[in-house]
Amino acid sequence: MTRRGLAGPAGYWVGFVVVLGLLTVAPLVLPEFWRRFVTEILIWGLLAMSSDLLIGYTGMVSFGHSVFFGLGMYGTAAALLALGPPNLWLALASGLVSAAVVAAFVAYFATRLRDIYFAITTLVFSQIFYVIIFTWTDVTGGENGLTFSQPPFSLPGLWSGRFTPVTLHWFVLAVVTLSYLGLRRITQSPFGMVLQSIRENEARTRAIGYHVERYKIVAVMLSGLFAGLAGVLYAIQNKFAAPDFVLFLVSGEAVIFNVMGGMGTLVGPVAGAAFFLVLREAFSRFFPEYYLIPVGVIFTLMVVFLPQGLLGFLRRRLNA
Amino acid sequence: MIPFDQLLVQAINGIVTGMILALVASGLTLIFGIMDVVNFAHGELFMLGAYVGTTIFVTTGSFWVALLGACLTLAALGAALQITTLRPLLGRDPLTTILATFGISLVLQNYALWQYGPVPRKITEPITGHFQLFHIEYPWYRLLIALLSALIIGGLWLFMKYGTYGIWIRATTQDRLMASAMGIPVPWVHTGVFAIGAAMAAASGVLFGPLVGVNHAMGFDFTLRAFVVVVVGGMGNLGGSILASIFLSLLEAFASLWVSPAQAVIVSFVVLILTLLFRPTGLFVPTPK
Amino acid sequence: MLDLQDVHTYYGKSHVLHGVSLEVSAGEVVGLLGRNGVGKSTTLKTVMGLVRPAAGHVRFEGRDLTGLAPHHVARRGIAWVPEDRRIFRLLTVMENLRTGLDRQGMTEPRKQELLEKVYASFPVLRERRHQAGGTLSGGEQQMLAIARAMTLTPKIILLDEPTEGLMPRMVAQIREIIDVLRRDGVAILLVEQNVPLTLEVCARVYIMEKGQVRYRGSARELQANETIIQQYLGVSA
Repeated sequence: MTRRGLAGPAGYWVGFVVVLGLLTVAPLVLPEFWRRFVTEILIWGLLAMSSDLLIGYTGMVSFGHSVFFGLGMYGTAAALLALGPPNLWLALASGLVSAAVVAAFVAYFATRLRDIYFAITTLVFSQIFYVIIFTWTDVTGGENGLTFSQPPFSLPGLWSGRFTPVTLHWFVLAVVTLSYLGLRRITQSPFGMVLQSIRENEARTRAIGYHVERYKIVAVMLSGLFAGLAGVLYAIQNKFAAPDFVLFLVSGEAVIFNVMGGMGTLVGPVAGAAFFLVLREAFSRFFPEYYLIPVGVIFTLMVVFLPQGLLGFLRRRLNA
Repeated sequence: MIPFDQLLVQAINGIVTGMILALVASGLTLIFGIMDVVNFAHGELFMLGAYVGTTIFVTTGSFWVALLGACLTLAALGAALQITTLRPLLGRDPLTTILATFGISLVLQNYALWQYGPVPRKITEPITGHFQLFHIEYPWYRLLIALLSALIIGGLWLFMKYGTYGIWIRATTQDRLMASAMGIPVPWVHTGVFAIGAAMAAASGVLFGPLVGVNHAMGFDFTLRAFVVVVVGGMGNLGGSILASIFLSLLEAFASLWVSPAQAVIVSFVVLILTLLFRPTGLFVPTPK
Repeated sequence: MLDLQDVHTYYGKSHVLHGVSLEVSAGEVVGLLGRNGVGKSTTLKTVMGLVRPAAGHVRFEGRDLTGLAPHHVARRGIAWVPEDRRIFRLLTVMENLRTGLDRQGMTEPRKQELLEKVYASFPVLRERRHQAGGTLSGGEQQMLAIARAMTLTPKIILLDEPTEGLMPRMVAQIREIIDVLRRDGVAILLVEQNVPLTLEVCARVYIMEKGQVRYRGSARELQANETIIQQYLGVSA
């Protein structure tokens, strides 16, 4: 997407503006199906970026991001169904708070563990919440999940009205862009540098005097918060919350986005999400339900032969 | 108060499922111990083993041929997967192998869905009799499962303890470089262990088949359970995994007296988290001196 | 028999061997001396194929070993006794020996014969045969490491600091074993810090410094040359 690192900071911002411009114009020129498709790429791209903060920057592979995404969806649903008249911002806040609470819980326990133990623990936590949501039918709607109507699109004091596909796209684009800039700022801040130093050598980072666990807890919470935000956007776009989105497959997809796009680059995972959705779309035409067979093969090949992902590969080719 | 007979029935159920799980988990822990590979596709090998079992069963009508055939087929598949995907990753970050095997699990699971469809398939048990256990009729087949699993695990133990290849496997697990310097063909030992793990998962799948319908989604559930067991039992520790399988299955069986089986799984998860927090080397390993 | 030509080896980016050349003939006991960290152990590991040389050649009996996997190198008749012994700690003494005995082309009587021979050289290992390798004392572990190498019936043994940290009594025993092996016609490439011992058991000696061979000569010549010993080894013989 953006061409970071190819032509210095000026080149980066030019690229950023071009891509942002294209994404802004996209819903105006694309047909309905592809308009929705691009909006979805942005939402999954946000999930991908959130898990990149852990996988790519801190070196912790989370296999439980679905729980944050899913809780974002359920938090949104709760606000829209239970708290007075549907309000977009209240729903957003509720989704974020739900994801943050779960993220704090998971972060507290999982960050005491490293490598595969962290991966397995995050997976197990997401599974625990899945079982709770799936079986607590009275509150969560169980297997069927919760459906609700879309809240009106209100910018207090500026504008108010129903979401149209185009305004929804712009809303999502604005949230994702701000998140991207926020995440980028985080990764380039001193805090982000400590995370990267944990990834490179945890023992040394601790020896220098950093409280590694505290940094990891904050990293997981931030990551969970952005994943929850992606869940909120997805819930608003699709007007439901369902246990399927708490299930492991979503976490797995977040990992796939990272591997395909290139871990530790933020934009790479977004590109990975786009690549994955395009692949899914393309293969679904031939094998409706079994698109994961070719996608899985491509993914496995990329793990083995292209460990830096598409972006790393392109960067190497362009620099060569 | 839960009546004694129900407790006893649940205890037997717990041991039976525990033995099935032990078969899956011992392969997983063996693979982890020797090559630091966390095989995310292990449950998929279990599931595919069960399917291959149904196919052979339908063709030959013999449960025993199906059991043997599924083991051999999956051993070959496991070896092929190891050679093509994991061998090139040797020496890379262990997390890379989790990603690669995750990719394999996606392919295998969806292949099974494509090949066998969404309707569960059934294998008929080789013995259908029941015996009286208090007020219920308890199937002999369940006891046979526990016995067969114990035999297979016992066979594995003898093989590891006395067989030349068992010694090769243990030597390679302890010191890969020294083993190769002693002329042990380490890459092939890795492949062999992966094949053995796959065959044990397949055996478990075929044995489990008659209890439930064989379906494409059963693998993930077992991957997760096997992970829990292997961590609780101590990564790479064969005896610990077997004990942990039985321990956790018993806990779940008793828990399901109060809550639904779906919720009983949480008990295992909680044990896992407690283990990781308080005794991360595993519950069933001696305290290191 | 063993012939290294201009071997360069790297660990990651650090250049460890800068063109090492040396040779060992059949049945010959050759010493490889030098201070710590000059690349002696790396030379042995490179021969075993445990690290791959970036340039140069390792030949054994006229055939190129470069790039061969360690287990193929071992099967050609090269055995390695590493510096830190690397006993399989959880395997019993007997099982440690079986890692070398149980290989293709070995009949049961042949294995017994070899085992008897090893036990004859190291009687203590027979007593401890059912004990885990990790429970042995340092000296016993060293013997097990040498015994384990002998089970491969190698043509050459790469012996890395076998006397390091051992009591004098054990050192004498290791010395005897070197003599036994020599009488059996096994060649030895001996890496040592113990200069007097090396000069005693070896016919020829190489001295390494900074990843290169700086001196080669017979043990007798070196013994007479205090300056060289002082210069490269910082000890007096």
